[in-house]
Amino acid sequence: MSAGATPAPMKVAASPHIAARENVTHIMLWVVAALAPATLWGVWNMGMVAVVLLASCIGGSVGTEWLWNRLAKRTQTLWDGSALVTGLLLALALPPRTPWWMGLAGGIVAIGLAKMLFGGLGWNLFNPALVGRAFLSVSWMGVLADVRPFPGGWYSAIDVPATGTLDAINGATRLAIAAADRAADGGYGIDLTRYYEPLLLRNLEGSFGEVSGLLLIAGGLLLIAKRIIDWRIPAGYIATVALMSWAFGSDPLFNVLAGGVLLGAFFMATDYVTSPMTRTGRLVFGCGCGLFNVVVRFFGPMPEATTFAILFMNGLVPLIDRGFAPRTFGWVKRRG
Amino acid sequence: MATRAFNGGIHPADRKDATSALAVTRARVPQVLRVPLSQHLGAPCAPTVGKGDRVLRGQVIGDVEAMVSAPVHSPVTGEVVEIGPVLVASGARVQAVSIAPDEVQEFDRFEPVERGATVPETVRAAGIVGMGGAAFPTAVKLQPPKGMEVRTLILNGCECEPYLTCDHRTMLEYPERVVRGAELIASAVGATRTVIAVEDNKRDAAAALEERAGASVEVMVVPTRYPQGAEKQLIWAVIGSEVPHGKLPAATGALVHNVSTAAAVADAVDRGRPLMERVVTVTGNVRNPGNYLALLGTPVADLIEAAGGLHGEYGRIIAGGPMTGMALADLSVPVVKGMGGIVVLDPGDTAPAVHGDQPCIRCSRCSDACPMMLEPFAIGIYANRADWDGTQRFHALDCIECGCCSYVCPTRRPLVQLIRRAKQVLLEKGASL
Repeated sequence: MSAGATPAPMKVAASPHIAARENVTHIMLWVVAALAPATLWGVWNMGMVAVVLLASCIGGSVGTEWLWNRLAKRTQTLWDGSALVTGLLLALALPPRTPWWMGLAGGIVAIGLAKMLFGGLGWNLFNPALVGRAFLSVSWMGVLADVRPFPGGWYSAIDVPATGTLDAINGATRLAIAAADRAADGGYGIDLTRYYEPLLLRNLEGSFGEVSGLLLIAGGLLLIAKRIIDWRIPAGYIATVALMSWAFGSDPLFNVLAGGVLLGAFFMATDYVTSPMTRTGRLVFGCGCGLFNVVVRFFGPMPEATTFAILFMNGLVPLIDRGFAPRTFGWVKRRG
Repeated sequence: MATRAFNGGIHPADRKDATSALAVTRARVPQVLRVPLSQHLGAPCAPTVGKGDRVLRGQVIGDVEAMVSAPVHSPVTGEVVEIGPVLVASGARVQAVSIAPDEVQEFDRFEPVERGATVPETVRAAGIVGMGGAAFPTAVKLQPPKGMEVRTLILNGCECEPYLTCDHRTMLEYPERVVRGAELIASAVGATRTVIAVEDNKRDAAAALEERAGASVEVMVVPTRYPQGAEKQLIWAVIGSEVPHGKLPAATGALVHNVSTAAAVADAVDRGRPLMERVVTVTGNVRNPGNYLALLGTPVADLIEAAGGLHGEYGRIIAGGPMTGMALADLSVPVVKGMGGIVVLDPGDTAPAVHGDQPCIRCSRCSDACPMMLEPFAIGIYANRADWDGTQRFHALDCIECGCCSYVCPTRRPLVQLIRRAKQVLLEKGASL
C-alpha cells in the first residue's frame, strides 16, 4: 500500500466495532452441556425407553419449529438451538413410562402453542417445555403420575419398591410416598432424611432427568459459573422452598430435592424469555416460584406443583419487569 | 481510597499489550498535511491564511470569534497549497488548510501562542480541545457557568477503550506535564481537590504520576472496566455523586478533563506551545504497532504506513477506540485533535454485521451491562417500531452511547445504534435532555 492509498474494500459500520463472541447457539449448547450429565445418567439407568422419550420430545419440538417456519415462510431458526433445549427439558421432566406419542405431542404443543403462536423465540410468555408438560399432565394425568421405574434400563438390578403403594397414589414419586406416610401418620413426624441419598444420587421413581439431584445441581452451578444464568433465580427459588417447607413443618432438604424443584429452579425458571429482565426482579421471581411451589405442593389438588408454580410466575413477569424497572443513573433527587 | 462501582460495564479483551510498553516516537512528516478547520465541537474556524502563503509551525491558520470554538495552528513550516473541503473520519467534508511542509522541519521551534491574562485565554489561544475523543473546547470548560462551583477536578487517565495506549504513554512518559496541567486547571477553576484517576491496568503510569504529584494532587487507581472513563461513571467512582438527569456534570461540583488535555494545557501555559500534534496509538493488524507522535492533519494512511503498513487481513479500520470510534471508509482522512488511535481490527475481532431482524431473547445482558441503568432492549424494540414516545419513556436520552449493550447482545441486535436514532429523532422533535 502506498501512502495515501485506501485498500479496497473498506468495511464501515456504526460503533461498537467489537462484540462478545457469545451468541444464542452458544448459550443453548451450554444449557445442553449442563444437562448432559443428568441426561446420560438417566439414559444409563432407564435404558432404551429414555432414548425413545428423548427422541420423541425433541423430534416433536424441533420438527414443529421446522415445519412452522416452513409453512409461515420464515427464516429457519433451528440452529439457534432453543427448540432442542425445549425438547430436552420436556423429556427430562417426564417419567420414563410416558409413551413416545405423548412425548411427541408434548413437543408439538410446547413449540407450536407456547412458542411459535406467540411469535417465536423471544416472544412467548410461558416456558414452552412446561406448557408441554402441563398439557400432558392435564390430558393424561394418570400416565404422568405413574413413576414406577421402567424395568429395562442398563443397570444391573431393579429395586422396584412395593408397587402397590405407588399405584394408589396420584403423586410425584418420593414426594408421593412422603405424602402417603403423612396421611397415614396424620402428621409430619416421619423421617424424610432417608430419601436424601437416593434423591441426590440415584432415584428411579421420578422424571427421567431427575435420577440424580447432584448432577442437576452441578449442571446448574456450571451455568451460573459461565454466567449463562443468574444465580438469583435458583437461589431465591430453592431458599424459599426450603424456608417455606420448614415453616410448614416439613423437611426442607427433602422438599428441595424432590418433585422437580432442582430441574425447575436451575433450568426451567431461568429461561431467559420467560423470566424478568432486572436483577431484583429475578430474585423476586425466584422467590415467587418457590412460594407457589410449596403452596401448591402442600395444599393444592394437583401433583404438578413445580410446573404450575413456574408457569404462574411466568405470567407475572411483565408486572415484575415494570415493578422492578431499574432507576436510570442520574434520575435521583438532588442532594443538598 | 475505595471507589464506587458503576452498574454493569464490560470487560472486552483490551489488546493493549501490543503498544503499552512502546515509547512514543515521532511519525515522519507526510507530503501534504490536511488540517481541518473544525476539529472540535462548536463553531468551525475561518481560514486566516490564503493559498500560496508561507506558514510557520505554530502559526494560527484558522480562528473564529465564537465562544465555543478553538483556533487551529499550522503543525509545520511550509506552504499553503489548498484551502477547501476534505473528507474527515466522520464521513463529512469540512474546510481544511492543506500545507506542503518544508523539507527540513525543526520540531522544537514554533510560533508561541499569545498568552492571555488567564489560563483559559491561553488555553483558547493554544487551540486546546478535549483529547479524549469528544474534542470539546477546553477553555469553555475552564470557565464554569455562574453559580456552579467546581470543588473537585478529575483528570481522566482511565483510557478504558480497548487497544488505545496514547494516554497511558503520555502519563508514563510526561507525568510532570500531566500533574502540572492538573495544577493549572485546578487553580483556574478554583478546585480544592484534584484527582487523577487511572485504571488498575496502568499501575506503572499511576506510580509515575504519584512520584510527581505534590500534596495537592491525588492519584486514584480505579478498577479496569469499560466504560470507567465515561464522564458520569468516573465522577461516580471518584466523588460518589450522580450527574442529575439533564444537568451538566459540574452540577455535582466535579469537572473532568482528559490527562492528555492537561499535558497540552501545561505545554501551552509554560512553553507557549499550541496544539499541533498528538500521540496516536496505531495498532491492530499493522506491522509495527506503536504510539506515534503525529502532526495534526497527517493522513491516516501515512500513519498506518509509519506503523509498517497493514499486516495480514483487516476488518474495519477505526479512528479512535473500537467501542466508540468511527470506522473509516477512506484512509486519506486526517489526524485531528481528538483522535487517539487508529485500530486496524482483525476480521475475526470485528463485530459481525448487524441485521436487526433477530429477536430479543430477553437474556437481559444489555440491561445488566448498561452503566446508565437503562433497558436498551426495550428502547430498541420501540425504536424499531418508530414509537419515539416509547423510547423517551425508557429514557433513551440518558444513553451515553458507550456501546456495551450492542457488545453483549447474543442476537446481535443493533441496540446502541437504535438508541442513537431514537435520541436523534427525539432531539429533532424538540425534546430536551
